[in-house]
Amino acid sequence: MQTEMIKRAKELLADGTVKRVAGWRSGDFQYELSPSIFTDAEDLEKNFQYSELAASNMSKYMIKESRKEGKVLIFLKPCDTYSFQQLLNEHRILRENVMIIGVACDGNLDIVAAKKRFGEGLLSLKSEGDTITATTIYGEELTAPRQELLLERCVNCKSKKHVVFDELIGEEGVEVETTHRFDKVDELDAMSEDQRFGFWQNELSRCIRCNACRDICPACSCENCVFDNPESGFSNKGAAVQMDNDMFHIIRAFHVAGRCTDCGECSRVCPEHIPLHLLNRKFIKDYDGLYGEFQAGSGEQETHPLTKFNMEDLNPTEALNRGDEE
Amino acid sequence: MLSITEAKLYEAFAQLKKNGEAVYLPVDNTSGEADFAEWKEGTAISKQLKTVRSAKDFFFPQTENLMKFKVHGKKINVIDTREELSDFVIFGARACDVASFKLLDRAFIEEKPVDTYYENRREHGIVVSIACSKPAASCFCTVYDIDPTHPNADVDGYRVDDTFYLEAKTAKGEKLLKQIEPMMSESDDQCVKDQIATTEKILKNLPFANLDMSRFNGDNMMDIFNDPKWNSISETCLGCGACTFVCPTCQCYDIKELDTGDGIERFRCWDSCMYKDFTQMAAANPRPSQKERFRQRFMHKLVYYPKNYNVYGCVGCGRCVDKCPTHLHIVNVIKTLGEEGK
Amino acid sequence: MQKEALIPVVGVVQKITQETPDVKTFRVVGPDGKNLFDHMPGQCAMLSVPGVSEAMISITSSPAQTDYMEFSIKKAGKLTGWLHEMEEGQEITIRGPYGNDFPVETELKGQDLLFIAGGIGVAPIHSVIDYCIDHREDYGRLQVVYGARTPKDLVFYDEMTGPWKNVPNMEVDLTIDREAEGWDGHVGFVPTYAAELKPSTSMKVLVCGPPIMIKFTLQGLKELGFKDTQIFTTMEMRMKCGVGKCGRCNIGNKYVCKDGPVFRFDELGELPPEY
Repeated sequence: MQTEMIKRAKELLADGTVKRVAGWRSGDFQYELSPSIFTDAEDLEKNFQYSELAASNMSKYMIKESRKEGKVLIFLKPCDTYSFQQLLNEHRILRENVMIIGVACDGNLDIVAAKKRFGEGLLSLKSEGDTITATTIYGEELTAPRQELLLERCVNCKSKKHVVFDELIGEEGVEVETTHRFDKVDELDAMSEDQRFGFWQNELSRCIRCNACRDICPACSCENCVFDNPESGFSNKGAAVQMDNDMFHIIRAFHVAGRCTDCGECSRVCPEHIPLHLLNRKFIKDYDGLYGEFQAGSGEQETHPLTKFNMEDLNPTEALNRGDEE
Repeated sequence: MLSITEAKLYEAFAQLKKNGEAVYLPVDNTSGEADFAEWKEGTAISKQLKTVRSAKDFFFPQTENLMKFKVHGKKINVIDTREELSDFVIFGARACDVASFKLLDRAFIEEKPVDTYYENRREHGIVVSIACSKPAASCFCTVYDIDPTHPNADVDGYRVDDTFYLEAKTAKGEKLLKQIEPMMSESDDQCVKDQIATTEKILKNLPFANLDMSRFNGDNMMDIFNDPKWNSISETCLGCGACTFVCPTCQCYDIKELDTGDGIERFRCWDSCMYKDFTQMAAANPRPSQKERFRQRFMHKLVYYPKNYNVYGCVGCGRCVDKCPTHLHIVNVIKTLGEEGK
Repeated sequence: MQKEALIPVVGVVQKITQETPDVKTFRVVGPDGKNLFDHMPGQCAMLSVPGVSEAMISITSSPAQTDYMEFSIKKAGKLTGWLHEMEEGQEITIRGPYGNDFPVETELKGQDLLFIAGGIGVAPIHSVIDYCIDHREDYGRLQVVYGARTPKDLVFYDEMTGPWKNVPNMEVDLTIDREAEGWDGHVGFVPTYAAELKPSTSMKVLVCGPPIMIKFTLQGLKELGFKDTQIFTTMEMRMKCGVGKCGRCNIGNKYVCKDGPVFRFDELGELPPEY
């Protein structure tokens, strides 16, 4: 597929349809691909890569890129397209300046899990059928089942369908019928309040307030984030009190609720591997249950459950009492 | 060399704790990575090579109270909240961490005025290193003349299986070992020598062992500053602070205030030159886009700092290599910018 | 415990004078009524109001004034806004002196000096001018070229048209941006006026004002034959610690709060243009 993608990108650059190509660039390690903007054919030929290691969702960069001169070509995996569509719904991207080629995806590898499995000397990762082979700087060659080294969001993939695209490379997919996306959320919901608080305290106490989650999240695209505003009372850096740090995640989850497409990038980039996606999934589970199933970014949507009101919506008191029951 | 088994090591920690000296060591957390934590009964030392956060936290914590104010009408009362600390032990620092302390010392202690908050912690901290036996693919401390098998802390330690071999390097280190002498025994150190030999073989084969730093020589500041490659390399940088906050040598901070309801606490917290508001002034921002901010961080480590002190501001620990969400770390910069005129 | 640079002392704002509609001068002394610390012209201090903000402000008074320190401050942001609302007798916190001074005891000694300032940029320059006046025999000819948008915005107007007129071998040339009623002095932007006056290229020049004014002034001076090594300025950057540690004011291998804020233009020429 990589060859096809490079070929098509070069064609579109050569005939002037696009001026830039957004894709993944090979890095210092075979398994690290950087999201990158390519402008010439030679660079593409030499450095463009698409594989199970192309985990970055480049939709968010299109907010800026679509406002530059000339069209930009972007390759999007199925889950990436949901984020892109959501940004279109929010009028953040100028659609006419972006050409989308949807690419099929069979799941991305989790580098963190791979390093845990194969050690810190990891040099390369390769899939052969259901097995991953790894080489290390210590001269080892190790294997593991591929299923065990996929990103969590891929193990619980919700859709292989591209919701927005101009062209497609590879097979068109469909939405996944049943996933286990909400299993862990259910587990947390079943805990007692103290247990659940303990779980989150343990996870959030590792947060270094680096803002990687916010900066990579396609739903967090405010030009001036509330946390960057010194008047807001909420810091964008380390706070004097731990609770302020914890609140950052909860506030951010509230701010993206209804717009988060569950792309999983936040948890993937967290340096401390905090399972942030669980907060977002809790919100999704809740509003699915209260207002009917809703997937952000699955189509052209003017509003989402939290920004519109129907007469059939349940009484706020009902929602409140349900919380008490739990 | 003096040696101590892991079981006896925890007895030693208990003894130190009893003497009023807290012990901090790398501990595995629920995510599978290691971070420094305070030792208490039942805590086990991690076997991981690196901690997520570096050891600079002990001397330059992420948030630190500086002082307090009480305001009554027109009057202000300045309250010095500094306290004398008791000694504490950092057990398990790596050579890169130890080297980073020297870089931070230069900024906080040697450059006057002395930062007394940092100096206070530094004086009371006793550093026990554990030499690396299995460097990671992202490590490149050797490029900066750091020897992971000879960290040069207060006590240099080596872990071979479940035994730790300790050698005091400074007066502070000797004082520490004296306190736990009964738990240690004199041992033959051949296994340590063997480990060092194995490690040195691995070091030679590290992917970044031969990074070419020759272009970054401190004399061609504007040449590197104006290199057009900064445009492309910084394009997808998110401007988050992940690299800055895991880096053992980054030391920029912000000063903020918290109204506690009973006075105003002025505290400092880590900041990143990658952040939008770092140089933001009312009139303008001298670093208006991510390119300028990206460039600033790496110019500081590779050009400005060495221009002043003849030593690079990086210790090659590889944490940024591991943690950057878009893999735009310092090795990438060194390789890309290190090639002249392309 | 050892003295800590980040911990300030308390100062009392003894007197507040309205200089122009948006500039006030604040006279600060210690709670004991005496001056808190000495300084050299061009140096600054960190002033703060707990709960509001802390900012680096240049000390406007001359060091020869040993009874107090004065700060002429324009209302621009959070802290300055708060200062402009305060009453006399209000306490603030202060720490300093920070930064380097204009080299009045070395390079500038015995020289003919040309001071070019615009708007509130005259504040740090004012400290130097008063210092030269207080040590008159140590300096040659003194010429001040100063301009503001309107006559009302000329800071220290009374001092410039009064006491300064009586200083031997000193010339004060004032200008405003556009014609104004009741003003019969020069009209025109500072850079243009300074060039028109054709100052001798043997003078040392001290410039301070809005970045655009400095840019055009420098251009004009260069065209007249002045060299980078003759021209000094004082820079403004966002600052937090004031002692060269927090990294905010780092440009190239220098810290504006410590290696500056006074720089000679050839020194600036060696640094990245990030100011």
